[in-house]
Amino acid sequence: MLKNKSIVSIDDVSEPEITEVFSVADRMLNALELGKKLEILSGKIMATLFYEPSTRTRLSFESSMQRLGGSVISVSDVKSSSVAKGETLADTIRMAESYSDVIVIRHPLEGAARLASKFSSKPVINAGDGSGQHPTQTLLDLYTMRKYFGKIDGLKIAMVGDLRYGRTVHSLLLALSKFNVEVTLISPQILKMPEHIKERIGKNIKVVSRENFDENLDAFDVFYITRIQKERFTDQNEYNSVIGLYSVDAGTVAKMKKNAIIMHPLPRIDEIKPEVDYLPNAAYFKQAFYGIPVRMALLSMILEA
Amino acid sequence: METTLKVSKIKDGTVIDHVPAGKALRVVSILKIENNPDVSTTIAMRVQSDKLGRKDVIKVENKYLNRDDLDRISLIAPDATISIVNNYQIKEKFTVKLTKTVVGILRCPNQGCITNVKEPVNSEFSVISEKPLVLRCFYCERNMSEKEVIAQL
Repeated sequence: MLKNKSIVSIDDVSEPEITEVFSVADRMLNALELGKKLEILSGKIMATLFYEPSTRTRLSFESSMQRLGGSVISVSDVKSSSVAKGETLADTIRMAESYSDVIVIRHPLEGAARLASKFSSKPVINAGDGSGQHPTQTLLDLYTMRKYFGKIDGLKIAMVGDLRYGRTVHSLLLALSKFNVEVTLISPQILKMPEHIKERIGKNIKVVSRENFDENLDAFDVFYITRIQKERFTDQNEYNSVIGLYSVDAGTVAKMKKNAIIMHPLPRIDEIKPEVDYLPNAAYFKQAFYGIPVRMALLSMILEA
Repeated sequence: METTLKVSKIKDGTVIDHVPAGKALRVVSILKIENNPDVSTTIAMRVQSDKLGRKDVIKVENKYLNRDDLDRISLIAPDATISIVNNYQIKEKFTVKLTKTVVGILRCPNQGCITNVKEPVNSEFSVISEKPLVLRCFYCERNMSEKEVIAQL
């Protein structure tokens, strides 16, 4: 269903397509666990254009492509590329499409991936655009919940931290509105989920907002913790007023449901203490690992191997 | 009961009727006619209307509207009726139509949107809701409210 399709927004992936991605990801995961060598995308080339630093997402995409037998070309340093000479993104994309079969882009400006998809005859995957969307992260987040609970419907989910600038929570909330879940948004006032995102989910799911983290912790199945991003603040005093506000340690976990999971798109700074890593509730490294089978599934479906 | 307007008929030009009460001056500003010495304009504001309760009416002499004018008017007066007048006779009458997409007229209010930097694309919005007007940027997917639209027109 996703053949030759660009994935710019989570809305570009329908519910049946999400189900299919999960099903293919299960098969990829199985192959990975069995150590099977896959050559599904042999001869295919993925171009990665990262206009913003992101070690994790980039490695995840590149690893996924290579695990499918495909190869990768990339602009390693945008500052020394033609972009620095003033080339438009539209022109860069028209160049990249002739060199590759699929383009993965991360860009600091919102809508950059949509623009790229407009100028490319090859599929474009959004690996994060500004404070906008990060659809593949969302798919792996949903996949993680499904792997831990066997379902997504019925889950009670708390999103905690920087809900204003964090694109992962924007995409995730939009995606969750397609399921029967309850979401509690926990953030300081200045980092609240933007209204334009809340307007889009309408009344599809029950969403409540609050500032206090340390109450009713045993009510949730999933804690989706996000980093308060220093780089998004122009006012240092504003940053200082919220940093360290939410912190998960072993004592916090003790107040949670026994089988509750803690997710985080990573990297974390101090919002989850290292002692939590050793508790069964810590799902964030597994979540990062699940990015591989999910992205392998997407790439194989888009390039229809 | 349609109000009889105490303003004279125009010989040649355009009558813009059924403008939401109080929005006439905004419509006139869209037409950019304030400095055109050949165009005379008559505005009636908050007159009675069977259809709208109260409405504004604008008569613009010696000017015919182009597609861009009509598209802009449709954003703030989606029920406006346009009459083309020739030699005191109405030659054509139609209502403006808010298109499903609004291209190249508005700037995305999101400063972080790719359309606000030097790229070879027009802004593009899809109409999410007509009343109240809500547009969504095709690129960054941010919604734009009627207030933000009007501020730009």
